[in-house]
Amino acid sequence: MRFMSIVTAPRSQQYGNPTPELLEAMGKLADREIKAGRMIDNGGLMPIDQAVRITIANGELSVLDGPFVEAKEVIGGYSITEMASKEEAVALAVEFMQLHKDHMPGWEGTCEVRAFAGFAGS
Amino acid sequence: MTVADAHRAVLAIWRIEQPRLITSLARMLRDVPLAEELTQEALLAALEHWPAAGVPERPGAWLMTTARRLALNHLQRVPMLERSHAMLLRELEQDQMLPPDYEATLDDDIGDEMLRLIFTACHPLLPYDARPALALRMICGLTTAEIARAFLASEATVAQRIVRAKRTLTESGLTYETPRGEELAERLSSVLEVIYLIFNEGYTAARGDDWQRPDLCGEALRLGRVTVAIVPHQPEVHGLLALMELNASRTAARTDPAGEPILLLDQDRTLWDQLQIRRGMRSLARAEELGGAGGFYALQAAIVACHARAACAAETDWLRIALLYAELSTVTRSPIVELNRAIAVGMAEGPASGLAILDRIADAPELRSYHLLPSVRGDLLRRLGRYEEARAAFETAAALAGNKRERDLLLKRAREMGEG
Repeated sequence: MRFMSIVTAPRSQQYGNPTPELLEAMGKLADREIKAGRMIDNGGLMPIDQAVRITIANGELSVLDGPFVEAKEVIGGYSITEMASKEEAVALAVEFMQLHKDHMPGWEGTCEVRAFAGFAGS
Repeated sequence: MTVADAHRAVLAIWRIEQPRLITSLARMLRDVPLAEELTQEALLAALEHWPAAGVPERPGAWLMTTARRLALNHLQRVPMLERSHAMLLRELEQDQMLPPDYEATLDDDIGDEMLRLIFTACHPLLPYDARPALALRMICGLTTAEIARAFLASEATVAQRIVRAKRTLTESGLTYETPRGEELAERLSSVLEVIYLIFNEGYTAARGDDWQRPDLCGEALRLGRVTVAIVPHQPEVHGLLALMELNASRTAARTDPAGEPILLLDQDRTLWDQLQIRRGMRSLARAEELGGAGGFYALQAAIVACHARAACAAETDWLRIALLYAELSTVTRSPIVELNRAIAVGMAEGPASGLAILDRIADAPELRSYHLLPSVRGDLLRRLGRYEEARAAFETAAALAGNKRERDLLLKRAREMGEG
């Protein structure tokens, strides 16, 4: 089963400046998971100020440059994994979030684990 | 959360942590079967404590501490005959004084240990049918019950295979080390064989009611990726991974909603997993860069890549596939490869040319009870308009097929040839 785990945080806390300890710990975890054949891809995203939004509303398509001051939750990064079960994907996400708790005190956020459509068991 | 849910959650964490536990214990104890046994005990401890007390904040560290304590207890129980044994014990006791350092366990590069473990589980001196079970158990962290389900064997049979294999490991005193030089190539080929066996068991389930078991393919893919990560300079490892990724990319297209098999040329190619195809292509390119284009697995991967590249069945480069099979034939001298070459030549040059190849291998003893020989023959005969002979061939194939879905499909094809 393939999963995407997406980390979101309040705008004020987004990954502008993760501590070096957190970066290092996340790097090690990703390295372990890649070597274990479970992680397919991962990455952190640039701040939302540099994003572009293409929106359809009221039948109108619009292209808008950031910053989006009204955004409350911001996606900071993601990973794509191939796991034997949802429980494994959750276990890894818990481990990943624990690193934030350990290495970036005060940080708050959410990691959402989503299964890809069209895969056996998903 | 039900008890079953809690157990699944524990097992998921266990599977992530198990390779590090077993390699760490194997290094401490210099005894792989014992290390495996004690990590299983650590799992039992987790299954006992976590559902009630909650999963600890650092489950990996918890498991490591528990496993090391079990190892220490074991060493204290057995008589100390050797000085080195006593020293080992002292080292371990000192280790235990230190607080468990989770970061240190993450820091440990387990690559070398993992490689040793893989070479041990796939040792050519172990019984052939025990190697996949041992690999799934020691490297993938599958339980005996899960392995039994995957191989459609009884739990008792699998447990016995594992016990026997572990006894062989202990009694033969197989050295727990990474082979070098020429031995490395030989031992590596046994590793790749085990991984490929696991993959194929899932990809074309030889027995049972289901046409494929994707979970088992997933385990083989993981094993392949682990091996690539630790021996990145061996072209055939990349070749095997490419072959598995490219084949697995078609999983969703290989069965209809009722579970009936859909043959390659009839598949809806939009269901092929493009992400996986890209990964497979990358691995194949790597194998070729490393000079391994002519390897057993790389050649097969190159053949599958021809299919992956064709946007529709009609665009398939059968000529190239036929050439690749000819090259593979010189590597393997296998009549099964010739059988596949007959299919490709039949597509590239016409059914009569394919049939000519089949005639040359019709008496090969390896193919005597192989259902695909009459199945391919039936298809070539059908295309030549020789329907009655085709029907007889499909019926012969159906009688030989061990998989129910495949048998049904062959009988259906026989019926389509008319009642004779």
